[in-house]
Formats: sequence, C-alpha cells, structure tokens
Amino acid sequence: MSDVPARAITVADLLGSCPAPFTQYDRVLLGHGSGGRLSADLIHRLFLPAFHNEVLSRLDDQAVCTLAPHADVRIAFTTDSFVIQPIFFPGGDIGRLAVHGTVNDLAMGGATPLFLSAAFILEEGLPIADLRRVVTSMREACDAAGVTLVTGDTKVVDRGKGDQIFITTSGVGVVPRGRALSAASCQPGDRILVSGTIGDHGIAIMSVREGIEFETTLESDTAPLADLTRVMLDACPQIRCMRDPTRGGVSSALHEIAATSNVGMRLSEAAIPIRAEVRGACEILGLDPLYVANEGKLIAIVPAAGAEPLLTVMRAHPLGQDAAVIGEIVAEHCGMVIMRSLVGGTRVVTMLAGEQLPRIC
Amino acid sequence: MKFLDEYRDGATAQKLVRAIEQITTRPWTIMEVCGGQTHTIVKYGIDEMLPKGIELVHGPGCPVCVTSLEMIDRAHAIASKPGVIFCSFGDMLRVPGSRGDLLQLKSQGCDIRILYSPLDAVSIAAANPDRQVVFFAIGFETTSPPNAMAVAMAARRGLTNFSVLVSHVLVPPAMTAILAAPDNRVQAFLGPGHVCTVVGNSEYPPIARQFRVPIVITGFEPVDMLEGLLMAIRQLEEGRAEVENAYGRAVREEGNPASRALIDEIFEVCDRKWRGVGTIPQSGLRLRPKYHAFDAERRFDVETIETQESTVCISGDILRGVRKPQDCPAFATACTPHAPLGATMVSSEGACAAYYAYGRHLQATPVAVHLGV
Repeated sequence: MSDVPARAITVADLLGSCPAPFTQYDRVLLGHGSGGRLSADLIHRLFLPAFHNEVLSRLDDQAVCTLAPHADVRIAFTTDSFVIQPIFFPGGDIGRLAVHGTVNDLAMGGATPLFLSAAFILEEGLPIADLRRVVTSMREACDAAGVTLVTGDTKVVDRGKGDQIFITTSGVGVVPRGRALSAASCQPGDRILVSGTIGDHGIAIMSVREGIEFETTLESDTAPLADLTRVMLDACPQIRCMRDPTRGGVSSALHEIAATSNVGMRLSEAAIPIRAEVRGACEILGLDPLYVANEGKLIAIVPAAGAEPLLTVMRAHPLGQDAAVIGEIVAEHCGMVIMRSLVGGTRVVTMLAGEQLPRIC
Repeated sequence: MKFLDEYRDGATAQKLVRAIEQITTRPWTIMEVCGGQTHTIVKYGIDEMLPKGIELVHGPGCPVCVTSLEMIDRAHAIASKPGVIFCSFGDMLRVPGSRGDLLQLKSQGCDIRILYSPLDAVSIAAANPDRQVVFFAIGFETTSPPNAMAVAMAARRGLTNFSVLVSHVLVPPAMTAILAAPDNRVQAFLGPGHVCTVVGNSEYPPIARQFRVPIVITGFEPVDMLEGLLMAIRQLEEGRAEVENAYGRAVREEGNPASRALIDEIFEVCDRKWRGVGTIPQSGLRLRPKYHAFDAERRFDVETIETQESTVCISGDILRGVRKPQDCPAFATACTPHAPLGATMVSSEGACAAYYAYGRHLQATPVAVHLGV
C-alpha cells in the first residue's frame, strides 16, 4: 500500500544526537523497562545485534511473516509479558491485561487475532482463589476478543522469588490479503488520531499502588481493540499504521512512528483528550500524561482525506467515543514531535528517558 | 478543571502578551527564581511569545539541583548501610553523587523508597521498629513545613529509628548573592510564589531597595507567569523597584503563621553549600540542638565527606543567570539527564534539564500548528 521502502530503525533514530546512556549502567535498572529511551537502548544494543533478522528489525508490535509454500497467507505473531502490582486493579486484572495486550499487538498490525498461548510463573503461596479469579477473567477476555487460548505452561518459584503471578502470552493472527500497515509508510500531511482519553490505565494503577495514596474512582482502560481496528480498516483501508500506546505512553508510540517513517509530527495540546481526573492526578503526582501507559487506546495515522470519515466510524464504536485528531505529519524536523501548547507557545515532546520520577514541588 | 484551565487559557495569555508588547520600549533581563517557573516557561514556550528584547534567565530555585555533592554522597553512604530504609522525593533518585545515583544503589539491593510526603516515612519507621528509616529532607522554604512536621511527629511518637538528612536552603540569601556579584545581569525578579505562601513577603522589600530591583511574587501557571512578567516590566519601564504580589490567590503578606512557627520550632538558620554556587552565608536550615537525636548525619557519622565537581560544567553561572544552558560545551552531549555533569541537569526542574526535556538542544524551528481541530 505504501511506496515508501521499509527501513530498519537505527540507534541514532531513536536516541537522537545525544550519546547513549547504556554504558553508564552495569546493571539493569527499572528504567530499562519503562518503554522509553533506556528500553530502546537495550533493544538496539543488546537484543537486535543478537537476533538480527529482517522481520525483527521492523520493530513493529507484531511480526508479520509468510509461511513458505503459502505465500498468500500471512500470519501475525507477537508475545508480551505482564508483571503488575496490584494484580487486581480498578477496571481489570493481570489476566485480562495479558489477553488484551497480546490481542491488541496483533490488531495494530491489521491482523485478525486467532490463537493465544499463556505461560504462568506463580509464586509459592499464591491463593488458588486468586489464580482462579485471574484465569476466569482471562477466559472471559478471550471470549470477548474472539480468540482461543490453545496452549500454556505453568512454573512455580519459591516464595520471594516472584511477585504473586507473572503471565506471558503469545498470539497468532492472520493478516487479510492486501493489507500492509507499516510504521514506515507515513507521509507529510497525514493526520494523527487517538481513539480516546489518554493516561487512564497508568493513573488507575498508580492511584491504588502501595505508597501513593490518591483517591479516585478512575478505572484502567484495558480493552480488546481488534473489533475497533476491524471497523476502522473496513471503513478506511488507507490507514498507514496503528500503535497501542502502552508503556512509555503516547509520546513513545509517536516517536517510534516518526523515526521509522523519517517524518516530523506536530501536535495540538488542546486537541488531546484527557480525563479531568487523569489531568488532576498528573498535576498532583508531577507526571506528564503523554508518558503514562494506556491499555485500551490506539493511535492511527491516516491520509488527511480519510481523517474525518475515520473519526466518524471510530466515534460510533464503544471503544472510540472520545476519538480525536491530535496532530499531523510534517516533512520538517524528522524524528521529532513538536506540540503547540495550550497558551500558544511550542515545545518539543521528547522521548521518556527512564522511569518518570515524581517531582518534588 | 477549575483553578487550572483559567490559568492556561490561550486567549488570556495572548491578551497579556499584547499588553507586554505595548509597554516594552527596551530590552530587559528578568530572572524567575523557581525551578517550577522555569519548567512552565519551557513547557509552554512562554519565552518565545515575548517581545524580542525580553530575556528570561533561570534562577537557583531548584532544590534538587542545588543540593551539594557532599550531601548526595552522604545520602549514598547512609542508604548503603545494612538495615536502612532510605526515603526520598522521586527526583532525588537520579541525582548523581561521586559514585552513581540512588537508582543504581536500588538496583544493587538497597531499600530506597520514593515518597510524596515525609510523614509517610514516619509511618514506615513506626511499622518497622527494627529498621533505621531516613528521610532526605531537601528543599526550599516550601518543603520545610512538612519536613519539620515529620520530625515533630517522630518526636511526639517517641520513635528512635527515624532521622532526617537535612539539606534545606533559603531563597532570599541566594537572590542577594546573585545581585551582589560583579557580573550580575538580573534587572528584575519573578519571586517564588510558593515559598512566599509559606513564609510571606517580608524578606523581599529590603532586597528590592538595596539593589534597586523590582520583585514580583509570581505563580506557576502560564497566565500567572505572564501577569508577573507584565508587572515586572511595567516597574522597569516606570523606573520603580518594589515588591508586588501577582499571586494573591495563594500568597498573604505574613505567609502561613502555623507553618512558620513549626519551621522555627524544629530548624535554625545556618550557612549552606549550594551545588554549582558554593557556600552562601545564612542560606540554609538545620535541626535545632534539641532535635539532634533525629539528625541522620550524626546518627550515621557521615559529616566529613568531601568531594570534587566536574570542571567542564558551568551550572554555577547558569544558576546565577550569567549564562544559558546552550552556552555550555557539554550541554546535551557529554551532559544529559541520564548522565548529568552538574547541578542544573540533575533534576527536571533544573534549567539545563528543562531545556533538554523540551528539546531546546534539538533546535527545531518553532512552527505554527495549523490544525482544524
């Protein structure tokens, strides 16, 4: 669908002109799992050199491959691990999250999710009732997303060697003929859409997590997005690419796309949908919602002419009611995301360095 | 959202910018004291909206930045001790000492916790009687009441396993030091709104008189800052040098009497070494002798640590408003938020870190966003 050749992301693309911080650390920090710059560094300095191949180098949320004599059948394949405290949280639990996360990674590639695997690492002492609750929730999530969990594994580790329960899910889906979404295909003039309010999941988790007492009824937005992407792609087959802005938030997802397509982005702060509760919590906690995780939202890049019709379709779907056009792709400042602030000034939205740390005042 | 939206309103901001344009007849150099104000300026692009001749220079008001390297090393020495639970505000964790930062110590197994309130550290101490719990009590006048309250609560509860590593600093002596320097460029100040909310305005009129500088106590939202700038520029244009309050919704002349009494009960004024600046007389707070039992420096015997700073870093000049982050050869190359060389890059409120976070090193040509949204 695109005439732009796919291009491997280089370290410089993701890290900009500054020297990489990798060598500063001889141990893994929590920031290496933040989805920001440190995570990108780990991928580019350690994992990619080790496993380098054409499919992996695309660094999409899912791998799309053909199975050699059946060149017309393309499968999408992805995997994701889930570690979260607390394992039950407002709006969901680790099991539902594990199903949605993998289903959504497949859906972002335009695939129809079909099969899942699940591997459980359980900590000695975990109440069976909690495990049953997680598994029941996973089954419900699979049914709702139209996928079947067809294989699995269980390991138990000593008490203290895990954190209640870790789940890894992998998923397989099929990509319809002729569909080729690619983060490398964005063109100047394209519009940037988000499917709803941002930051809901991260703030919901933070509000209940130990040590940060913040009273709110805000719920995680965890949801399966395959049905939303199906209606979107049916209505607007020219969609360039989609991403679910999970770890690292909207900022990280946009930076990945900007770097891969070698384009710039301009956002309008006033256009970005954010719940009042999330804005309030971010103010109090000293966090920027652009870097806070989402688990039921997507970003779509679409040619300008398709933006309004696509928005109409998205808003008609239960998971896209608050969808909005938040910006556009430009030819200038390649790899950079610039935002017009509420009061009219501009700033560069940078990629998150490590963990977002709360500010003192 | 009430109390936020009206202070981030684009139309109000544009009206203030036009008013500033109308009264400005020549260039002025104005310093915002607080790190939070610096953050707002770069986050919202306020400096780009002002008339060409108005230069904003960024002050010393980031408490994380100005905490001395010796104090950071003391924190590391204490946090590394077996059995210690070391508690801190979040952005102190990435501040490098002579040997790495607290995040690295945490990855090596030290029990280091991010708290939003020092009172949480008191609760942790009460719940862990067999562990030593230390809170890193840094900040300006703004954070001194909660830190004082933590000590008062620990004393009231008779806790013997709670202590504070105190590195409090005071704003007025720093402003005086900046103005008294022979190479000073600052012609007016946007004063520290939240510091004055706590301790009031009374220390500023003598500074305004002695150095003939306008001081406008200013808030932290974009519209607050533009109002403060308008008032400061009006004073400069009219040849006045007074203390004015542009943050009336928070600041009272006398401050908060209960907080002041609490600070005075727990702390006394002392000389303090500022990172990047050096020792400023009478510019800090330390525990009064009757609360020495809660002094972590005494409890863990870490008072004598001495250190060396980077020789490339120009953060001292930046903190005094003499130079800007881009003037430093190391800015965004050898010195980044992940590997900071000096004071102003270490915290998100530092001028260098703010410039970096909002991409000033990338030198994008700011372009109008024309969206039909």
